[in-house]
Parts: sequence; C-alpha cells; structure tokens
Amino acid sequence: MTTLLEVENLSRSFGGLVAVKDVSFSLRAGRITALIGPNGAGKTTCFNLVAGALKPTSGRVLFEGRQIDNSPPETVCRMGIARTFQIVRPMREMSVLENAMIGAFSWTRNVSEARSKAYESLESVGLAAKAHARTDQLTLPDRKMLETAKALSTRPKLLLLDEVMAGLRPTEAAGIVGVLQKLAEGGLTILLVEHVMRIVMEVASHVVVLHHGAKIAEGPPEEVVADPKVLESYLGAGFHA
Amino acid sequence: MQKKFDRGLERTRWLAGITVFAVLGLVGLLANPYVISLMTIVLLFTFLGQSWNLMLGIGGQLSIGHALFVGLGAYSVGVLYVKYGISPWVGLLTGMILAGSVGASIAWLSFRFEVRGIYFALLTIAAAEFARIMFSGWEFVGAMQGLFFAAPTGGIEISMLRGDARFYYFVALALAALGIIGTEFISRSYLGYVWRAMRDDESAARALGVRTFQHKILVISLSAATAAAGGGVLALVQGSIFPDSIMGMGLSVDVLIGPVVGGLGTTFGPLVGSLAAIPLNHLMSALGDSLRIPGLNNITYGVVLISVIWFLPDGIWPAIVRLCKAIQGPPTAWLWQSRKVEE
Repeated sequence: MTTLLEVENLSRSFGGLVAVKDVSFSLRAGRITALIGPNGAGKTTCFNLVAGALKPTSGRVLFEGRQIDNSPPETVCRMGIARTFQIVRPMREMSVLENAMIGAFSWTRNVSEARSKAYESLESVGLAAKAHARTDQLTLPDRKMLETAKALSTRPKLLLLDEVMAGLRPTEAAGIVGVLQKLAEGGLTILLVEHVMRIVMEVASHVVVLHHGAKIAEGPPEEVVADPKVLESYLGAGFHA
Repeated sequence: MQKKFDRGLERTRWLAGITVFAVLGLVGLLANPYVISLMTIVLLFTFLGQSWNLMLGIGGQLSIGHALFVGLGAYSVGVLYVKYGISPWVGLLTGMILAGSVGASIAWLSFRFEVRGIYFALLTIAAAEFARIMFSGWEFVGAMQGLFFAAPTGGIEISMLRGDARFYYFVALALAALGIIGTEFISRSYLGYVWRAMRDDESAARALGVRTFQHKILVISLSAATAAAGGGVLALVQGSIFPDSIMGMGLSVDVLIGPVVGGLGTTFGPLVGSLAAIPLNHLMSALGDSLRIPGLNNITYGVVLISVIWFLPDGIWPAIVRLCKAIQGPPTAWLWQSRKVEE
C-alpha cells in the first residue's frame, strides 16, 4: 500500500502555547485513519495544519510527495484534499443541491456537469431526496452529511472529517459509519478527527492518539485502547484496565 | 419531475420579463415628456442598482462608494466628447476600462492586506470622496464649474449617442434590459454559484477550492465597469457633470436604494425598487414645493425606507413572489420556495 499523506515532525504554537508538538504520522491510501485524543489534545489544530487553514511553526506535510504546508486552503483542496468543518457551515441562502455543487467548480466550469456530480455526492451520503430543500430545513445529522457531500464534490483523494459524529445520537452516528465505510470501500482515503471512542473502534483501521499536543500512541484500534498511556490520558493516572 | 417544474417556471419568468419590458416600451412611445424623463432616471438607476447588486447581492462585497465608478464613467464620456468631440461610445468603453481597473486596484490593495467586510466598505467611501475632491479642483475637467454637453440638435445620431429625451429613454431601457439579462446569465453560470458561495461563507468556500481572492477582484471590477457605463449614459441624459452630484455620497446612496428596497441579490429587485423609490421621491418633492413644506420628500423617503426595512427586510420583490405563491396555492408554492433559494 502506498502512502498518500505524510506528516513530519509537525509543530504549531500559538504565542507561548504549544498546541501541536513534533507530531509525525502517515496515511495509507484507501484506509480510514482516526486522530483521537481528549479535549484540548491538539486534534483540530493538527487537522487544520493538514488542510492548509493554519501554517505550521515547524515540520512538513507532504501529500503525494509534494510539500503542502505553505499552500492556502483552496490550493490544498485543488490538489485533492477535501475537508469538513466541525461546526457545520452550509451556505445559508443556497439549496442543498447548490451547496453540493460548489466543490465541483474546482475542476469544472460546466454547470450541468457540476449539478450531476452534486447529485452523485448527495446520493452517496443518502441526501439525494432532499436536494431541493433549504439547508435550514435539514436535521443536524443531515447537515453533517451535507458537509461531507460538499467535500466529495471536489473529487478528493483524501477526505478530512472534523468530528462528523459529534452531537449525534448513536443511531444517527451508525448511519454515518455506514456511509464512511462505503466511501472507503470505493477507494477513498479518510482521516477522521473524533472524540467518540466507540465509533472510532468501529470504523477506523488505524488510530493516532494525541495528548497535550504530542503523539502518545499509534496502531490498530484494539491495540491502542489497551495501551496504558492512552487510558491514562483519557481517564487520568491510576486507572488501569 | 423537478426538471419539468423548472421548465414551467422558466417560461413564467421569461413571460413576466417580456411583458414588463413590452409595457416599458409602450410607456416610451406613448407617455408625456415628464413621465419619459422620470422613467429614464428610474431605468438608469435600475442598471446602476443592478451593478451594485452584483457586487453585494451576489459577490458579498459591500460598496458605499459606487459614485466613484459612476463618476469615472461620466467624466470619461464628458471629457472625450466635450473637449475633443470623440464619440460617447469610445467614452463609455474608456470609462468601463478605467473604472474596472480602478475597482480591481482598490480590491487588490484591500484584500492583499486582509481589509474586508465593513472596513472594505469604508475604503470605498474614502476612494470616492478622494476622487470627488480631486475632480473638484481639477481645472482640466471643469473643476467645480463642471462640464456641459452642447444642447441636442433634435436629430438622433446613434454613432454619437445623441438624441432627444425619448431616444435616451430607449437607451436607458436597453441598458436596464441588458443589466437584467446579464445578471440572470451570470447568476446561472459557474461564476454565480461560486460568488454566492463566497458571499455566504468565505472560508468554507475556500476550503471547497474557490479562489476567493481572484473572484473578489473579478466581481468588483465587473461591477465597477458596469457602473461606469451607467454613469456615462447618466451624464449624457443630464447634459452636464458636476463633481459633487456625480461623485458625491448622495449618488452612492441613490445607487443602493433600488436593490435594497427591491430585494438584494435578486434579478428584478433593482427594477422594482427603483420604480417604487424614485417616482415617490419626485412626487413628494413636487408636493413639498406646492405645499411649502421643504424637505417633505426626504422625510417621506426616510419613512418609506425604514418601513421597507422593518416590514419587508428582504425587499419588495421577494414579498411579491411570496404573494404570488399564496394566491397560486400549494403545488406552485413549493416551487417558488425552491426557486427563491436558487435566486
């Protein structure tokens, strides 16, 4: 299997606060990798560094061998990395379908081509029936899926998902897990930032654990959850399974 | 199914547009000189409103200094025609190129240094005021005394864009139609989608691959160039150019009244808004004169503006659309609703 994205010794500080400290990991093509850690572990910072929304203080991010950490988000997107936002941000005045069309304009100027790609993206996340709704008529899980559909329309090679499951009921989350698994089967590489451990166990084949900005563990989910350091970071010292 | 409905709606929209312009054409042929001159101004401000609407209603960039671009268009036509006898067509083109480049430069400078939103709007005011003061002191362009066009000889000369009031009415009508068709065309092209995305959420749009820096410059320079075309014709219609009226804050505000009252970001909003606001202003002005109540027009204007913003915050045109939906019943209601989002 080939490596799609490589993060090398990535650090980022905000003033005196070091949010991400010397983190390295790599993403293999066609696999779902999860980036987990307790609140404030630096997951979202790390995610934003990869997506081009933040510049690293030191270290590099390589995508298909090319350095991307100094590129603005629109360039990163055009190279094949699409992201979602933790707080859903639909374009309010545009319909669900139109929202899903925007991403397609990164590779085409043909409106009808963009429209059919948008239908396809909405189809793959189960939103096709609501294509003509307004975004404020959607439920929260649907809005999260719309974020994913918008990202899929850019034809990404790598999909970055920022807490798509946060705030959802277990049954709603289960639906999203199904969607992600299907996307991965279709050959898409996914990096998932997630807080909910149970879902990560179910969907990810590789897990990277951050704590206080540093990587403390990495490996298959079942190994990672048995790691005493991981348990300690989540539950505090002295708690061992 | 959706497609079939869309096509039906499409036909209604085209029919409505053609009917409106047919009526406006008849007005030009039959109305008395007062109505003609009033409607010429309404149509010109429809076009100027359209250009401003493109920038804020679709592109999401607020300008309160559109008088700068209007003025550049007017002066380009005025200077070339009055001083050198060059056809206003050349003046219009020159003005559009000039205003487009000035708009692009302001945008580039501003966004290069991350000045955006309301701060960008302040910058547009500053640029317009700067230009007004500069033109007020510039002898070559007439300074405070302004520029005057020779009175029309009566005949219609299309190559020189000169003619009587009725001729200018039809020029303004053509311009307004062009503005509406152009807006509709841009709205449906990829630019429309990308610009609306940028308007609704710039950083989300960037994450989806939209090069917002370039697109902001493009939408602003296009809006500036079209405003200059409107300004050039406005100068010909008025027969004179004064820096305080063509480049003043008052004009910047007049430009945005139409789209704000009519409906921001909609194709027909500027026309509906101008039709409502400008005749009212003139009527109240005349009434104020005969009743000896100076400023009656301004008071009424203020009351109407506040009422529109209070009761119909998204403008008159969307309210008309909602009314049609209520009359036509549920199946089409759903259609209008989905169309409203597309607009």
